[in-house]
Amino acid sequence: MSETQRVGEVIEASSTDFTAQCYELYDSPSLGSLVKTRDADVELYGVVYQAATTSLEPGRRPIARGKDEASEEAVYQSNPQLLKLLKSEFGTLVVGHRQGDKLNHYLPPQPARIHGFVYLCSPEEVREFSLSFAFLNILVNAHLPISTEELTSATLRQMSQVHQDRRSFLVAAGKELALLIGGNLNQLKAILGRIQT
Amino acid sequence: MSQENTERLGIVTSGSLNKGVEARLDGSASVEDIAVGRYVTIEGKKRRFFGMITDISLGVIDQKLTVTPPDVSDPFIAEVLAGTSTYGTLHISPYLTIGGDATSLTEGPQPVKTIPSHFSPVNSASQQDVELVFGKEDEKRFWIGNPLDMETRLCLDMERLVERSSGVFGKSGTGKTFFTRQLLIGMLQKSKAVNLIFDMHSEYGWEGSSEQGLKVKALKQLFPAKVAVFTLDEESSKRRGVLTDFIVRIGYDEIEPADMALLRQTLNLTEPAIGAVYQFRERFGKNWLEKATNPGNSDETRDLLKELNIHESTFQNLQRGLAIIKRLPFIEPHAPADAVTHILDHLNRGTNVVLEFGKCNDITAYALVANLLTRRIYARYREKTEKAMAENSTGPQPLVITIEEAHKFLNPEVASQTIFGTIAREMRKYNATLLIIDQRPSGIDDEVMSQVGTKATFLLDNERDIDSVLSGVSGKSELKSVLAKLASKQQALIFGHAVPMPVAFQPREYGSAESYKDLIPNGGTEAVKQAEQDIEELWG
Repeated sequence: MSETQRVGEVIEASSTDFTAQCYELYDSPSLGSLVKTRDADVELYGVVYQAATTSLEPGRRPIARGKDEASEEAVYQSNPQLLKLLKSEFGTLVVGHRQGDKLNHYLPPQPARIHGFVYLCSPEEVREFSLSFAFLNILVNAHLPISTEELTSATLRQMSQVHQDRRSFLVAAGKELALLIGGNLNQLKAILGRIQT
Repeated sequence: MSQENTERLGIVTSGSLNKGVEARLDGSASVEDIAVGRYVTIEGKKRRFFGMITDISLGVIDQKLTVTPPDVSDPFIAEVLAGTSTYGTLHISPYLTIGGDATSLTEGPQPVKTIPSHFSPVNSASQQDVELVFGKEDEKRFWIGNPLDMETRLCLDMERLVERSSGVFGKSGTGKTFFTRQLLIGMLQKSKAVNLIFDMHSEYGWEGSSEQGLKVKALKQLFPAKVAVFTLDEESSKRRGVLTDFIVRIGYDEIEPADMALLRQTLNLTEPAIGAVYQFRERFGKNWLEKATNPGNSDETRDLLKELNIHESTFQNLQRGLAIIKRLPFIEPHAPADAVTHILDHLNRGTNVVLEFGKCNDITAYALVANLLTRRIYARYREKTEKAMAENSTGPQPLVITIEEAHKFLNPEVASQTIFGTIAREMRKYNATLLIIDQRPSGIDDEVMSQVGTKATFLLDNERDIDSVLSGVSGKSELKSVLAKLASKQQALIFGHAVPMPVAFQPREYGSAESYKDLIPNGGTEAVKQAEQDIEELWG
């Protein structure tokens, strides 16, 4: 696996988020992973908030095919066309960008470009990005199909894996959250409960 | 300015000059490590502020937390919430500013006239800060102890201390006597003042004992050349092996009506009886006491009473009182030597005088002798000072008169009549001040209390006593919380004229051979040798 793994291509983009399609079926990055794409000289960073596998044609739903098969793998082996009729996509919330040498934890001036390649960030990049917790503000204020608690905790869990002292990273993040959503104790408790080591 | 040994505590969040400033504690600093009475510095934008922590409280960002507390048994949650959703608040009274303007630079720390701006960082004060504020030990400053929780030596400007009257207060057994011994040694070493000590329980001149029953040396043993011990009870002094310099006897003719007025309550005299005393004094002059106790046969007595218009029962009341006085062992018809002249001779030579009461330590004897001697010393001092003023020369050596059980002399009923009331109010002009030692400061007249310049107070728990000691001090309610939290022993709060700001401190050790060695300036005096010998004996 290369240092920066290519995981897909942008197929829909707006200022706040972009959707990418995976090259391989079911090959979307984990929930909360940090990914990046490039638009000219600006590198956009996003957090994966959703992944979905659907039929290529919106009106055409898959049907059950495994009645006579021994295993799930056998279903795909007997129906090789399936891999071409289905697609995996993932939604990404833009949480920052890099312009030149400067890493900013706020939205870039332009959205991502369609067909821009999407890469999974390397551990070094994740570590560099998570030195500041300014991105948490975007996460907790986003209006997404997924709940804020789930997304925030998934992101912090993912990021904490690249830090040597996982616990102190999570404590520091927890303190930042406590300040951000101090007024919403239940939400804070829910997130803290999900990121405990 | 040096920032060594300081620990960041938090930031200023609100406040006012009157009420002090509030600082929010950082998450990393634990509320439990902070103690009231501790010093902090606040780094303002233009100047540094020096203050004392006077209260500590807990806060929460959301009231829900108090209703449904989070699961703090989980250390992760507890750690996240500490300093964010839940936090500690410090209440700080700023007292001084350091640096910032020209006066501060030339004259050192100045009293605060403003408060630090929002979010100024608060640090715990370093040793250097404390030294900067209270000064280092030098020829004027005497090391009296350490600020609470600090190793720094807290020094007191002895020259300044003796400029005004001062007081040592505290409940019985809190360490007043030990601290007073040190103050007296400090005055002896570092100020020009001489001390006259009315030593009710015979513990300042020669050795006393600590609560553990160990013998503790006192002034005469440590500074034999600079201290004279006078005694009222020769036998007691001899028994204890005290080297006395003079035995004090009081003649009948030395007692004045004012002394009787002071003793009215203790002798159970009526107002008319005191009136009668004045009449006797007027009629018979100095021999009044002799005449009042032996007026002659019954006819002569009746005539005399009729002439002076004194009621029979009043006269009997007076006689009972006078009989108590005459029974005092040191009262004689004619004193062999004038005690006042001897005391003044010693004081003029710069020798401190300790007057031991031995077994005559009931309040009647103490009040009578202290008042009587002081009144006459006062008169001489006044004379000398006025003469010196006329001749434009320097006045007599400053005198500090140390009295115990001060509320007996300075209570509102008698303060106006006793000489101590006068001294406390105005004697400063004549180079004499008081050192008051008392366990019931609320019994002392407010007017006198307000004139006491420097007050050192050990633990007090009576509300009225606390109010009385702190009356007229700015930030009274803050100091009250510090005072109430002092340990029951060997912790005190000192504030007033001689210190730039109030300070809670632990008096330096006194009583061990080492401590004597520290107290005595270098030089081969006997006391040092004795101390060395003691150390050798102790450690073999």
